[in-house]
This record gives sequence, structure tokens and C-alpha cells, in this order.
Amino acid sequence: MDDRLVTAGLHEPGLAVHVEDLTVSYHSKPVLWDIDFDIPPGVMAAIVGPNGAGKSTLIKSILDLVRPTAGHVTIHGLPYRDQRRKVGYVPQRSSVDWDFPTTALDVVTMGLYGQLGWLRRPGRKDKDRARAALARVGMEDYADRQISQLSGGQQQRVFIARALVQEADVYFLDEPMAGVDATTERTIVKILHGLRDAGKTVIVVHHDLQTVRTYFDWLVMLNVRVIAQGPVAETYTAENLRRAYGGQIALLDSAATLTPVD
Amino acid sequence: MLDILSDFTLQNVMIGATLLGIISGVLGTFAVLRKQSLLGDTLSHAALPGICIGFLVAGTRSLPFILTGALLAGAAAALVVVFLTRTTRLKTDASLGIALSVFFALGIVLLTMIQNQGNAAQGGLDSFLFGQAAAILRSDLYVMGAITLTAVALVTGLWKEFKLISFDPSYARTLGLPVLALEVLLTTMIALAVVVGLQMVGVILMAAMIIAPAVAARQWTNKLGVMAALSALFGVVSGLVGSVISASATGLSTGPLIVLAASVIVVTSLVFAPETGLLPTALRVRRDKFSLKSRLVLGTIYRLAAEHGDPAYPAEQAMIDAFHRTDTSAVLSRLEQRGLVRSTAHHPEPTPHWVLTPKGLEQAQTPLDQSGETQ
Ligand SMILES: Nc1ncnc2c1ncn2[C@@H]1O[C@H](COP(=O)(O)OP(=O)(O)O)[C@@H](O)[C@H]1O
Ligand SMILES: [Mg+2]
Repeated sequence: MDDRLVTAGLHEPGLAVHVEDLTVSYHSKPVLWDIDFDIPPGVMAAIVGPNGAGKSTLIKSILDLVRPTAGHVTIHGLPYRDQRRKVGYVPQRSSVDWDFPTTALDVVTMGLYGQLGWLRRPGRKDKDRARAALARVGMEDYADRQISQLSGGQQQRVFIARALVQEADVYFLDEPMAGVDATTERTIVKILHGLRDAGKTVIVVHHDLQTVRTYFDWLVMLNVRVIAQGPVAETYTAENLRRAYGGQIALLDSAATLTPVD
Repeated sequence: MLDILSDFTLQNVMIGATLLGIISGVLGTFAVLRKQSLLGDTLSHAALPGICIGFLVAGTRSLPFILTGALLAGAAAALVVVFLTRTTRLKTDASLGIALSVFFALGIVLLTMIQNQGNAAQGGLDSFLFGQAAAILRSDLYVMGAITLTAVALVTGLWKEFKLISFDPSYARTLGLPVLALEVLLTTMIALAVVVGLQMVGVILMAAMIIAPAVAARQWTNKLGVMAALSALFGVVSGLVGSVISASATGLSTGPLIVLAASVIVVTSLVFAPETGLLPTALRVRRDKFSLKSRLVLGTIYRLAAEHGDPAYPAEQAMIDAFHRTDTSAVLSRLEQRGLVRSTAHHPEPTPHWVLTPKGLEQAQTPLDQSGETQ
């Protein structure tokens, strides 16, 4: 088949995520300014930047949760609203009330609500899929546990299982490794690498500069604007870090020295 | 008692109370979980100007006009809240508070205006402040029944959607759910519940009927479905108890009694519910403290024995007391009951002494985190 036919009507179909001229303001104060960035398919990408840099806002505006003042976004060549099914989202853990009366299995099953359609309740098959997703994050024994009785790391894994059950192509995760124990962090990284190795695109807001180079192969540095983007090896430099963080953290210098200067 | 129950008016009141209990219990579950308790309060207070305007338009105390007015006023208040939160920096609770006060004040002004007109038909319009259950007619019950049935059907049909938008609305949007429309639907149904409750409990206390049963139900369960059912049950029970008490003791008005009954259920739940209740929690803390204390006392006897190189070393109670700076006899007799220590005489001293039993020795040697006694 002719390639041009297949790609007709698509915008930048070769990219998993394509963001152009994106500007977002809260109360007329811009928190994201003229953002252009692209993420190729099949990478595990980190979005880093200081607190308040607009990382969460960036993900939310890609997912239509925040209305941008300008700009557009495509996922695999089409606007997000046409690609919803292909996108999985793991919000910041603190964004929900964990005292809500529900179980781990129930939360994971919520990942299937979009596919279930109106009036249909999740059935045995759906529960089995949710259970399998829980098993993938090592939480099968906690299926019937009330979510308030899970540790922070376990709650995070439940959230990831909820996204896994969607069987998406592109995953957005907002600080999934914040405040979790070392075991959970290892589990999460292993799952995310597994997704990438299966050809999915994984985009993670990440707070720990020390682990950027070991976990990720693509990097977007953000501070209201895009400071740098590209393969980690080229992007993770002392100069870029200083431009993103403004030298505000002493830790930066030690993190930057990890970069071999060659 | 049976005489009272066969009374026609009381039957009407009890049916009305049951319907009110169901609808406010079910919808209150979502209102409380979505931290929107104040929304119910605003919607019910905001109904007052609508009631007055409905009366003025109809020129008489016509229930359909009045209820429609109440509903529209609730909707207007909700719109004001949305407008305020979207266009100003006010947080939702502040906007709700403003809408509540402004609408209620407007309602009171209209009410006094109508009353000063001396219109013969205005009789009893102020009964909507605290409700007047005895004025309920059979035909009113059909309206209340239809509204309640619709609400229950909607919540059943859209159960998983309402659950998800209550737990994680952003995520719900990424799945393609029309979150805003569902939220508007829930809010509209709460406004309808207020309309159902107007005649029973009035605009001032109606919010309590939405909040109280749900808060009580939350104490007893960790399942959303059970919570909604229990909340409806609590709502019905308060409604029935309030109606019956009011019918047996003349002069006491039904609405406030219903709300009082609901409050008793809330307080009882807050005190006695097994997981979250004050009393069970206090008992658990006491038990944990006690078991920690007995661990420590056992450890003291063990260390004394170890220092003397004699597993059967009789430790004098005064020494144990002195070490722990408190009277340990209660703890020691507990340990004795469980066969961990044994009291013994140690001549020539007349004071009580304690020895570890083999079981106690074993337990004292087990590290704390494996003993299964803590937690
Ligand atoms: N709902 C909101 N209303 C107003 N300002 C907001 C809102 N959400 C975020 N902000 C502001 O936007 C900026 C970016 O926030 P965020 O995207 O959460 O940053 P990050 O995730 O990088 O820490 C911050 O200055 C924050 O205070
Ligand atoms: Mg953030």
C-alpha cells in the first residue's frame, strides 16, 4: 500500500507524542510557555524540572484535563481525543482520596470502565483481567484490601495496574516513584522497561536526577519552557541542568559530574 | 400504638419519610464522598426564594409551582457557584457559602414581603422553613415517589460512572467519561432530593438529611454499595422514628425530630462503629498499650533471671514496680493468667515474687517483631 495513503490526514505520524506551540496559563499567568517537543515511539522518557516547572500541567494539557491557551498535541499522528484508548494515565498518588470506600481490585477494574460502555457492570472476565494486572505489579495478594490500608508504594502499584489493564500504547505517569520504598521502585522500573521493550512509549515525570541515566533513554527538561530534549546521553549535561534548575540545588553539581565529559 | 399507625395522615407522613430517607441517603453517599456536604446545604437554603417566587407566580400555595420554583432556584444557585469558582479566585467552599447566604437572605426578604401583604392564601408558607409533614397529601407522595424512583434508577444504572467520578474525576475524563455532565446530573438529583424533603423537614434542616445518614453509614463499612444501602436504611429509620414520635407526642414537629433521630444515629456510629468508632479505638489502644507493657515486664523478669544466671530466678515485685515506676500487679496477674509467669514465695521475704514459666521464658526470648503480640 502507498505510504502516503496510509498517512493521509495524520500529523507527524512517526511520533508517539508531538506537542507544538503549547502554552498554558492559570489565571492569565503562563505556567507553560511555547512548548515544542516530540517523543519517538518505543522510548522510556523522563520529564524533569524543578518544583512548579509545569511538569504535571504539561501531562494534564496533553490529556485534555487542562485547557491550553494555544498549541496542539497529537498522539501517533491524531489528536488526543481520537486516541484516548491508546493512552494510559497514572496520576500523582496524592490527587485522590485514599479513604474512599473501595478495594485494590476495584480500583484496577476502573481502568476498564472506558471499554465497558454504559450500563454494563464489570463481569468475571473483567475482574480476571484486573487480577492479572495486579499480579503484574506483585499485588495479587492485596486484591480485596481496602485501599486506605495499603502502603504508599502499594497504592502506587495499584494505580499502575489500573493503567496496565487499559493495554495502552502510550503511558503517562506523574511521579510514580515519589515516596515509594526501594522494592516498589525496582518493581515499577522493571514493569516500565517491560512496556518499553514491548514497543510501548512510556513518559514519566521524574523527580530524582540521580537515576535519570540508569532508568531512561529519552529526556525532556522543563522549566516553564523546554530547556532541552533528546536522548539522555546527549541531553543530561551539567549545562542543561544548570539552565533548568538555575543552580538552585547543590546536589546538581554532583549529579552533573556523573556525566562523562567526552 | 397501632391506633396511631392506622391513622391516615401518619401513613402519609411515614411513606413520605421513607421516600425522603431513601433518596437523601443514596445521594448523600456521593455528596459526602465527593466532599460536597456544603453543596446540599446551599441547594436547600437556596430553595427558599424559589418557593416564594413559585407562590407569587401561582398566586396561591400551589405545590407544583412551589417545587418547580425550589428546583430552579437550586439550579440558579449551582450556576452562581460554578460562575464564581470559574471566574474569580474563590475556592468552592467560599463560593458555596456566598451563594447560600445570598439566596437564603433573598428568600427571607421575599417571605416577609409576602406575609406582610396579608394575603389570605399565604397561610403556612413559612412552614417550608422547618417543614410541615402533616400537610402532605397522597398526591404529593406520588411526586415524591416518582422522583425517588428516578434517582435510585439513575444511581443503579450509572453506578460505576458515579463511583469513578467520585473517586478520581481526572482519570474518568481520560477514559472518555462525560464527567461534567455526570456531575451536573448528580447535583440536579441532590436538588431534587431537597425538593422531596421540603415539606418534610424544610429548607434549613434538609442538608442534615443528606449528610447525616451517609456519614453514619461510612463508619460501618468500607464498601461503596453497602454504604449507599446502609445510608438509605439510616435515612428511612430516622424518618420513621421521627414521624412516630411526633405523632405520639402532640406538639412536636416532625422535621426536627427526623433530623434529631438521624443525629442520634450519627453519634452512635461515631462512638461504636467497630473500625473507626471512638470506643473500639480507645479499647484497642488500651489493649495495645497493655500488651506492650506486659512485653516489657516479661523482659524485665527475663533480664533479672539472666543476670543471676538462673532461669527460675524469683524476681521481687517491688523491684519490678521500681524499674517500671508504676504498680505492675495488673500486668503481672494478666501474665500469670496466660501462664507466662508464676507467683512464688521466696523465704524469708514475705513480699510477692515472680518466676518465668518455661513458656514465659520462651516468649521473652522471642524478638518483639516475631512474637505476634504487637500490632
Ligand atoms: N489548578 C491550578 N490553579 C492555579 N495554579 C496552578 C494550578 N495547578 C498548578 N498551578 C501552578 O502552575 C505551576 C506549575 O504547576 P505543576 O504543573 O503542578 O508543576 P510541577 O508538576 O512541575 O511541580 C505552579 O506554579 C503551580 O502553582
Ligand atoms: Mg507535579
